[in-house]
Amino acid sequence: MITYEFLQNYWWFLIALLGGLLVFLLFVQGGNALIFLAGKTEDERQLIVNSTGRKWELTFTTLVTFGGAFFASFPLFYSTSFGGAYWVWILILITFVFQAVSYEFQNKAGNLLGKNAFRAFLTINGCLAPLLIGTAVGTFFTGSQFTVNKSAVADLGSPVISRWANSWHGLEAVANPFNVEFGLMVMFLTICLGALYMINNIDDEKLSAQLRRSLLFSFIAFLVMLVIVLIQLVTMEGFAVDAEGNVFMEKGKYFHNLIQMPVVLIMFLLGAVLLVTGVVMTLLKKEFNRGIWIAAPGTVLAVMALFMIAAYNGTSYYPSTADLQCSLTLSNSCSSEFTLKTMAIVSLIIPFVVAYIAYFWRQMDKKSLTKEELKTGEKY
Amino acid sequence: MIESALVDWSRAQFALTAAYHWIFVPLTLGLAVIMAVMETIYVVKKDEFWKDTAKFWMKIFAINFAVGIATGIILEFEFGTNWSNYSWFVGDIFGAPLAIEGIFAFFMEATFFAVMFFGWEKINKKVHLASTWFVALGSAISAMWILIANAWMQHPIGMEFNPDTVRHEMVDFWALVLNPVAVSKFFHSVFSGWMTGAIFAIGISCWFLLKKRETRFALSSIRVAAIVGIIGTFAVMFSGDSSGIHLAKYQPMKLAAAEGLEDGGTRAPFSIVPGVEIPGMLSILATHDINGYVPGINNLLDGYTTPDGVKHPSAEEKMAKGKTAIDAFTKYRMLKESDPVAAAEAREVLDKNVDYFGYGYIDSREELVPNVTLIYWAFRVMVGFGTFLLLLMAAVLWMEWKGKLKNMKWLQWVSLLSIPLVYLAGQAGWIVAEAGRQPWTIEGLLPVKAAVSSVSVGAVQTTFFLFVAIFTLFLVIEMRIMIKAIKQGPQIEEQKGE
Repeated sequence: MITYEFLQNYWWFLIALLGGLLVFLLFVQGGNALIFLAGKTEDERQLIVNSTGRKWELTFTTLVTFGGAFFASFPLFYSTSFGGAYWVWILILITFVFQAVSYEFQNKAGNLLGKNAFRAFLTINGCLAPLLIGTAVGTFFTGSQFTVNKSAVADLGSPVISRWANSWHGLEAVANPFNVEFGLMVMFLTICLGALYMINNIDDEKLSAQLRRSLLFSFIAFLVMLVIVLIQLVTMEGFAVDAEGNVFMEKGKYFHNLIQMPVVLIMFLLGAVLLVTGVVMTLLKKEFNRGIWIAAPGTVLAVMALFMIAAYNGTSYYPSTADLQCSLTLSNSCSSEFTLKTMAIVSLIIPFVVAYIAYFWRQMDKKSLTKEELKTGEKY
Repeated sequence: MIESALVDWSRAQFALTAAYHWIFVPLTLGLAVIMAVMETIYVVKKDEFWKDTAKFWMKIFAINFAVGIATGIILEFEFGTNWSNYSWFVGDIFGAPLAIEGIFAFFMEATFFAVMFFGWEKINKKVHLASTWFVALGSAISAMWILIANAWMQHPIGMEFNPDTVRHEMVDFWALVLNPVAVSKFFHSVFSGWMTGAIFAIGISCWFLLKKRETRFALSSIRVAAIVGIIGTFAVMFSGDSSGIHLAKYQPMKLAAAEGLEDGGTRAPFSIVPGVEIPGMLSILATHDINGYVPGINNLLDGYTTPDGVKHPSAEEKMAKGKTAIDAFTKYRMLKESDPVAAAEAREVLDKNVDYFGYGYIDSREELVPNVTLIYWAFRVMVGFGTFLLLLMAAVLWMEWKGKLKNMKWLQWVSLLSIPLVYLAGQAGWIVAEAGRQPWTIEGLLPVKAAVSSVSVGAVQTTFFLFVAIFTLFLVIEMRIMIKAIKQGPQIEEQKGE
């Protein structure tokens, strides 16, 4: 039976899936973070730019679709978070805007700022975008200061429903160490994924060795952040919702969510194991270059599990610390039943979209990228 | 208290982003078709010349495409960052087309753009050709969904107001998709993109002719572009005609402003420029009947009765109904737990007046009149340049057909210098559509001042100037790179036929 509640959960599942796919596809950003670190020579840097450059639009599109899907299914989040945490979202957008033009511009005559400036933009986006997105997602667990008053619509002089309760408009998120640690965890994860992707996608022995070194360092950093984040996540107070929709603080809420939703726990553990396996096998075996295809599903699963413990099992996924009862839950922030149902039908096309993307991905990447191809074929 | 400066700066920021976005999008829409046609000729005729020709335009396409994406992402998120109330109040309807656009169109564009650009040696010719057409199709589908969303802002249908959730909720998806305004808007905008691509390609090709370079490439490009452009222009004209009918029906104030029509009536005249009118023409355009009634600005404000006896309320009556609706809304929400009977009564009053809810925010009748001078002239720029460009393309195609274009320097110069005109026409069109809808974000439902986010004026000013700087920088760099790429010219191996 397809109930309103089922649709809300289904749509959160899709948000989680898009979130998982987005973090995986942020390998583009992670790869770009290594342009100057792993790429020592001009040829190597060009290989990196051209490797991530053939996939960046998919990442970008996933981000846009993630935003669009959130808008369509949970519009109160869209209106509250984007209009409230103004500066965080604007910063994220600006880094992506610079990224969007940099591939095309970096190696072209007449680009005014020079090759290195545009590669620097790619690197900045490569570090900052995952860091900021991660920090923003961290607030799903720690809360933000905002109020929501739907009756305010009748206040003719000031009819704004969602208001931010401080003048920092989102920048205050960095004052909470957990958010930043969460952001750093995502950033190091995407660098690992970037290195793994390029080890697979680029056929160049020297660069591959350098990427493996970068992978080792970023993986250690990622593990450290992961442990710090996980310890806090399972011990911290979480934002629980009772049957009447009242929000209250519950010690160990996210730990309870994992235990009470064993499927999610399994997803998380399986995801973590796959991710670690993909990285470790790549680090241990010099010839092994398919680590990305083990780590990728691992990433998607683990990220999905994190999204699920943030919202399922009576949890507020976008809590307000200014007024607990203003916190956003799946049921108080979602679209109407009709819209969710309509969009659920639309969502049936997603497997088809994923299938054609995967098909052409394979077609295009049958052979790894080489310096020779950059000399003869089309390139950025 | 929402400051009017906040509303103005938020509008300015959105207008800035949209205007910049529309510099890049129409060229994407048009060039995509032109290069797909060229590649089709290559696959059919098996003539490498056409491959190289298509590849040249693809290079230009790619430079332009990137900036379109960059400005597009900002637009999508600005609905949230700057129009927070809007996002909740109508998000139940408005979010859907945005999400569908992402799922259906953006992935298609993203996937096949990479195949088209990097796949020449990796996949077979026919799949490559299909990929190029999919890029064109993807951009058109993308335009379709965002224009469905925009059309809903011009003529909101398929929804009901729910005072419990305090928003409009979708009740009929197909009404939203098949909104008559959406249909004409789609054709009008997408085919104006074909015009842009055509004028651009013709202008650049004429530059090659002026420089006496790559003559075969230039003349062949002109032929394809002019045909695409002329088809596009006729589609723009036909959809423009139905847009006129829709304006008269759904947005009469916008139409009156676009015509500078103070007092309307039957046999309303069409103003070509101030002082020069064609009697009865506006009635024909707006109603397809010379005796059709077209209300002017004053009629719309004072209230009027059409010849068939339908009475339209005055601005003050609408504002009073709007206030009644908002009062009933407040009462309903206050009483729905404690006094269900009184709440039901309030609900009835609300339902009766809900169509005028947005008018409750309006303080004076003057607010209901958009900027007449701006819209009047923007409309003339759009139609005037559009007509001129149609004649130009017809002349260019005719002369090329006759084999004379090669030696007609003046026509080559006119074509080259006409490139900015197609951009001005497109921008002017959007000024008519968007500034003409003021003070509404959604016609009649939600005025801009009730739609805005509560951020400080200073914050919006900061991001406004930041975006001005970034977009302008990108535009300058894009133009420099494009000019260099054009000067470098196509990489055509054989130059037979010169």
